[in-house]
Amino acid sequence: MSVTVRVPSQLRTLTGGAGELSVPAGTVRQLISSVEADHPGIEARLLDEQGGLRRFVNVFVAEEDVRYLDGLDTKVADGATVSIVPAVAGG
Amino acid sequence: MSHVRGLTCRECGRAYAAEALHACEFCFGPLEVSYDYDEMAAAVSREAIAAGPPNLWRYRELLPVGEGDPVSLGAGFTPLVRADRLAAELGLGELWVKDDTRNPTGSFKDRVVSVALTKARELGFKVAACASTGNLANSVAAHAARAGLASVVLVPSDLERVKVLTTAVFGGQLLAVEGNYDDVNRLCAELASDYPDWAFVNVNVRPYYAEGSKTLAFEVAEQLGWRLPDHVVVPVASGSQLTKIDKGFRELVRLGLVAARGGHEDDPAGPVRISGAQPEGCSPVATAFRAGADHVRPVKPDTIAKSLAIGDPADGWYALEVVRRTGGALGSVSDAEVLEAIRLLARTEGIFAETAGGVTIATLARLAREGVVRDDERVVVYVTGNGLKTVEAFSDTVAPTATIRPRLDEVAEALGRSGFLGAGDHEREAR
Repeated sequence: MSVTVRVPSQLRTLTGGAGELSVPAGTVRQLISSVEADHPGIEARLLDEQGGLRRFVNVFVAEEDVRYLDGLDTKVADGATVSIVPAVAGG
Repeated sequence: MSHVRGLTCRECGRAYAAEALHACEFCFGPLEVSYDYDEMAAAVSREAIAAGPPNLWRYRELLPVGEGDPVSLGAGFTPLVRADRLAAELGLGELWVKDDTRNPTGSFKDRVVSVALTKARELGFKVAACASTGNLANSVAAHAARAGLASVVLVPSDLERVKVLTTAVFGGQLLAVEGNYDDVNRLCAELASDYPDWAFVNVNVRPYYAEGSKTLAFEVAEQLGWRLPDHVVVPVASGSQLTKIDKGFRELVRLGLVAARGGHEDDPAGPVRISGAQPEGCSPVATAFRAGADHVRPVKPDTIAKSLAIGDPADGWYALEVVRRTGGALGSVSDAEVLEAIRLLARTEGIFAETAGGVTIATLARLAREGVVRDDERVVVYVTGNGLKTVEAFSDTVAPTATIRPRLDEVAEALGRSGFLGAGDHEREAR
């Protein structure tokens, strides 16, 4: 079992064009590490120097913003979908 | 002609071509249109603008589009109304209302959509799409129809009924999404990656879309006889409009169209103070302002001002920065104050605003009481949406004075009861 990570167009140059990745379940932080192992460079795009989410990156677990949950420590269950979305949209 | 040089990331400064892009590939920061201002300055003059059409396209040289016909229903160049009766009620001096209820679909969104779809057509798009709290839905559906583009509009399913009907009438695809605006917005941000041949006005063409709000500043300055106001009060949802009004005033100074107002060298338009208005039930930017915070914490909205119900505002941080830099303030007001303010504006100036306008007027009233907006300032308040769109908010608040039969005595009696006719009048009329 695994979780699906949806990748925005801005990062698809790093995933060989793939819009969805499959990685083992874990916390959001662990998911990002798993993605980084397969597609080097992604972690630096998502996390700042202190290891926190960049201001303009939103991560959603089952459609909920992880900022409302436990942030990068939010646990993601098998079968769930995680979306990485640029924050600057709307209005 | 277009004076666009490209797109630039506001955060890391990386440059991009002027295409349908909105977020930096490296830091995800927002992309902003950059111009060649020397070239632009050489191309514009007060006279050329005055000779242009009576809509926002008179400022074409200052907008990020090329030569072709604009996608236009005639948005912009709405009245700037001197509001002496409202000013007297609020204890203010020179007060003006920018009446943007008077746009083709009844809100300022017609400005940004006209610019966004003009650019989208230029880039070859055939489909216009958006996430909306309602006003944008109306405007995108209407302008797409006008331009012969297909449209796909996504709105929260709990939207005001009028805004749903007045979008659906234009015949595009309209998806009511079970969730709030932030859910709809997230969905659209994801869709934009999967449907790159759709122009999502507030996602992939957002940099151009947002520039349309600069015309709110241009018009005010021109209508004041090419002078800047001292202080403006602006509603805040995503924060984009507020930041672009600031940008608009600054560009006018930079282009020599208005005199600088004595700001320091880095900030010549500085003295145009910019204040923002939010409803208490969705006030993440005002809360950050009051707390002196350096980031905006998202909230779950709960307010009658649905057009301002964005809990995770994309430009919240930049709006905060503008308000602090210009010496303005951000205020928030209750739903009760909003309804009272709508009636105040209606009864003093004859302008019927939607709930967002009530938020702005109520915040102006509050900032005036607190001495933040002063009676020696030339003040402009932006009223950006028409009250007919949010009549539901009023169903328990206003009603006819009385219901009567068609008889003279019943008129006199009803108006006597309401206090409109005095006791003497009543007797005379009744005889």
